[in-house]
Amino acid sequence: MTATQLSAPTAGKTAAPAITATGLRKSYGDKLVLDGIDVSVPAGTIFSLLGPNGAGKTTAVKILSTLISADGGELRVGGHDVAVDPQAVRAAIGVTGQFSAVDGLITGEENMLLMADLHHLSKSEGRRVAAQLLERFDLVDAARKPAQSYSGGMKRRLDLAMTLVGNPRIIFLDEPTTGLDPRSRHNMWGIIRELVSDGVTVFLTTQYLEEADELAHHIAVLDDGKIAAEGTADELKRLIPGGHVRLRFSDPATYRTAADVLREVTRDDEALSLSIPSDGSQRELRAILDWLDSTGIEADELTVHTPDLDDVFFALTSGSTNLPNQPEENVR
Amino acid sequence: MSALSLTVRDSNTMLRRNLLHARRYPSLTLNLLLTPVILLLLFVYIFGDVMSAGIGGGSADRSDYIAYIVPGILMMTIASTVVGTAVSVSNDMTEGVIARFRTMAIHRGSVIIGHVLGSVLQSVMSVVLVGAVGVAIGFRSTDATALEWIAAFGLLALFALALTWIAVGMGLISPNAEAASNNATPLILLPLISSAFIPAETMPGWFQPIAEYQPFTPAIETLRGLLLGTEIGNNGWIALAWCLALSVLGYRWSTAVFNRDPK
Repeated sequence: MTATQLSAPTAGKTAAPAITATGLRKSYGDKLVLDGIDVSVPAGTIFSLLGPNGAGKTTAVKILSTLISADGGELRVGGHDVAVDPQAVRAAIGVTGQFSAVDGLITGEENMLLMADLHHLSKSEGRRVAAQLLERFDLVDAARKPAQSYSGGMKRRLDLAMTLVGNPRIIFLDEPTTGLDPRSRHNMWGIIRELVSDGVTVFLTTQYLEEADELAHHIAVLDDGKIAAEGTADELKRLIPGGHVRLRFSDPATYRTAADVLREVTRDDEALSLSIPSDGSQRELRAILDWLDSTGIEADELTVHTPDLDDVFFALTSGSTNLPNQPEENVR
Repeated sequence: MSALSLTVRDSNTMLRRNLLHARRYPSLTLNLLLTPVILLLLFVYIFGDVMSAGIGGGSADRSDYIAYIVPGILMMTIASTVVGTAVSVSNDMTEGVIARFRTMAIHRGSVIIGHVLGSVLQSVMSVVLVGAVGVAIGFRSTDATALEWIAAFGLLALFALALTWIAVGMGLISPNAEAASNNATPLILLPLISSAFIPAETMPGWFQPIAEYQPFTPAIETLRGLLLGTEIGNNGWIALAWCLALSVLGYRWSTAVFNRDPK
């Protein structure tokens, strides 16, 4: 009896995921865009769909956010079936797209009040929420100016502020930082982290590995309509053996001698550098140093490389990046 | 919230959005008034002598022709305004905010209903402005009762509603503003082959049925009858039938196009 009661909170935490997709398929004409992808996002976490342009990220967001219909697959968002009850899904979600979904002809404040009206807030409540969000997103000074005069970063902030008017528990962010300068990007990251600390679930698409690494609890690499790999950033990094110790030489003669002596290494004759496979552990590093000492080789620079998401990304998506004509990402 | 009150509330919100656009950027609406006003002045002051003689008004005074042409020009004003509707709907559909509306739990049709209501209001305002020009150059209604004035306004509003629904459909299927403008151009050409400028019975015999039964002629003849006391005959019913048919057709077409998956 007590045991079941104790386990209840744990069970609650791992209860129904906020977003699930099973066998999601979509094609445009005879072009297959999503080839049966499976996704499960626990409530209160950041999930990142990572992939190159044209991988189908935006299409996945469009389908999960009820903008377009899927060709197949079972999709549930916020506990509702996307195909059966899209209106209930819409009530649970907020969407901020790749291209700003703001009304450029009216002011930032009017955009906010428009959202308040569409969420059926009372006039006073609408004004309060709008003012609060404009303040939070640092848009007070620009509130009375037409949104089309905003910079890219401001538009994106207004866009997200509009999404938050309805206090959605699940938010889709489609490439929220594409085209932003580094400062705006870091601001956006801060905002996204804040959202999740309030218990919001975030479905994020990005083509930036750093962004997924920084933000996401769980990452799925989408390539050519299929999920090529998924896991935490660390799990993905472990997938590929990219770790090595790099020795750099400035004198070509020393480089050649070293390359001849250390036979089991990867040579880069142009950069005058040698790569020795290594997991980066202290033990292996000492072994390499001992080896170098015993052969009398002295490199000008020694660096240790652990695999990063870049390595994972290129390893997993190499096939499509070599295509001469990358299909354009579908845009709103 | 019931389905009806949701529809009313969201449509009202969208209407206010469209009126805000129109108020902030009035140049589009005002430009559209130029065509009917210029045609009015052209036909009265440049072609006026021949036209007056042509309708057999008796006196060489142009007042007969002014009386004849103004109801037609008022209907043409509506056609001109809804060309603007097609353009603004098409422009609006390229805005990201429309995608946002589609992912919100609002009444789905409210986006287009807002456009339609806004456009009808603009049409009525445009008709009043062009009507004022007509009055300024000497148009006077003869013996129209209050009821006939109300019926005249009702007819103008209903005709505006019908043409607006068609224009909204045209705007929705147009990929850009230029295409929307081209697609809607026939709406402003129709009055030229109606009884707006010359009586349908003075046109070539084979063409008369087309001129007589296209939407504009019955509507114009009915408006003339209401304002000037000329014979309405069955034109009233034909005009009403056209308005209802075009409204229903435009409504079904527009909602079907809007409910399709966006590209």
